[in-house]
Amino acid sequence: MEPVVITGVGAVTPLGVGARALHERWCAGECGISAGKGACTEFDPTDFMSAKEARRADRFTQLAIAAADEALADAGWDGDGATGGLPYAPERVGCVLGTGIGGIATLLDAQDALRERGSQFVSPLSVPLMMGNAGAGALSMRHNLRGPSFAVSSACASGAHAIGSALRMLQHGEADAVLAGGSEAGLTPLARAAFSALDALSPTGVSRPFDARRDGFVMGEGAAVLVLERDERARARGARVLGVLRGYGASSDAHHLTAPREDGQGQAAAIGAALADAGVAGEQIAYLNAHGTSTPLNDRAETHAIKLALGEHAGRIPVSSTKSAIGHLLGAAGAVEAVATLLALRDRIAPPTLGLSEPDAGLDLDYVAGSARPLAVRGDRPEGPVLALSNSFGFGGHNAVLCLEAA
Amino acid sequence: MSTAVTAEQVERVVVESLHTFGADPEQITPEATFEALDIDSLDLAELSQIVHEQFGVELKGSDVAEVKTVADAVELISSRL
Repeated sequence: MEPVVITGVGAVTPLGVGARALHERWCAGECGISAGKGACTEFDPTDFMSAKEARRADRFTQLAIAAADEALADAGWDGDGATGGLPYAPERVGCVLGTGIGGIATLLDAQDALRERGSQFVSPLSVPLMMGNAGAGALSMRHNLRGPSFAVSSACASGAHAIGSALRMLQHGEADAVLAGGSEAGLTPLARAAFSALDALSPTGVSRPFDARRDGFVMGEGAAVLVLERDERARARGARVLGVLRGYGASSDAHHLTAPREDGQGQAAAIGAALADAGVAGEQIAYLNAHGTSTPLNDRAETHAIKLALGEHAGRIPVSSTKSAIGHLLGAAGAVEAVATLLALRDRIAPPTLGLSEPDAGLDLDYVAGSARPLAVRGDRPEGPVLALSNSFGFGGHNAVLCLEAA
Repeated sequence: MSTAVTAEQVERVVVESLHTFGADPEQITPEATFEALDIDSLDLAELSQIVHEQFGVELKGSDVAEVKTVADAVELISSRL
């Protein structure tokens, strides 16, 4: 099957605006979490869009617009031309964007208007801003993308499922290129209270995946978008290729609405499926970007899953969590972490798990505690592809794993 | 309330609303068309809500569909005061 390549990436995260800020600051050991949350404090929507576009977009859509602008510029798509800068017929470009929650701030404003002033004061913009597919719709309008476009929703696995769905779309010839990613802007008192009620959120406001003292995740916001193209088309247009989206695997725990299977079997199945889809052996993987939420349940189950799927090789590779540096971006997490994984692979660096000083009993993988280090490229073929996995698992028992190869 | 409202007040509210919706204030003249101002059906739905709140005038979707310019809107609203 024709490979699918990554030609551009963009991200807005608590570490700053830009994929480079995410990658470089995380690898430098900087943490974007402050006062118990990962907010995109450097993001100003008017840097990217008109006042009209900004008020027509919930924050989760604004973040996606900024990430997509960067990704398209990175892919060299921002020039003028008969197709508005697109290197393909607009009908051949799709968009798949994940979100766990959608426009919750818009929903809350509408609820306030309803309660305080009455039904006739609920804004007509409420539905078009809060709907989970608003981000995909905004990107397709902004860039004249006329191929398939839609949202996917699988809680904290949404971003990875979106990228996986885009991969399938390209492999099946439904499009020549797809903008794929995830976006979330749920830093509201309601979301905080609701996750706290589940004991999922860290009461101390510290993200320390795999540590014995971990007590929950820290909520963050942000977005990431990748430009995916069919390999032959990308090379024909002279695109710079950042990497290859080698494989995608998905599974479901079918176990519990919020808790993962403790034995990690469902997650391991997704890892195995991603490897099989990529056509690579577990021993070829050089780095694994963990879901690593810093919740007691996830980090233990995920460690089991990695061992189940990779066997002894699990103990030989660095495994680290982006969430230690930016918190949990929910529906954006899988996309942001795919970008972080790709750039780490490109630079042959293993980014760190911050805040980890004493791994919990039984959590005995190499979590790259504290600071980054050069990535040892292992495998039978030193000249072979440099490969990584990125894990994403969502409430509902949704598991999605991506296999990425650096150029 | 409606007895004290003038066409000038209606115009001021309409112009302020269009500005809020993102129209360039320098282009908002009585003759300007909503199309030229990039004001669409969602903006007009918002404008209807504001007019209802400010002046107690109810505009239906079918009323607004006939409105093409800023002056049209001011005239329609003023006629219902």
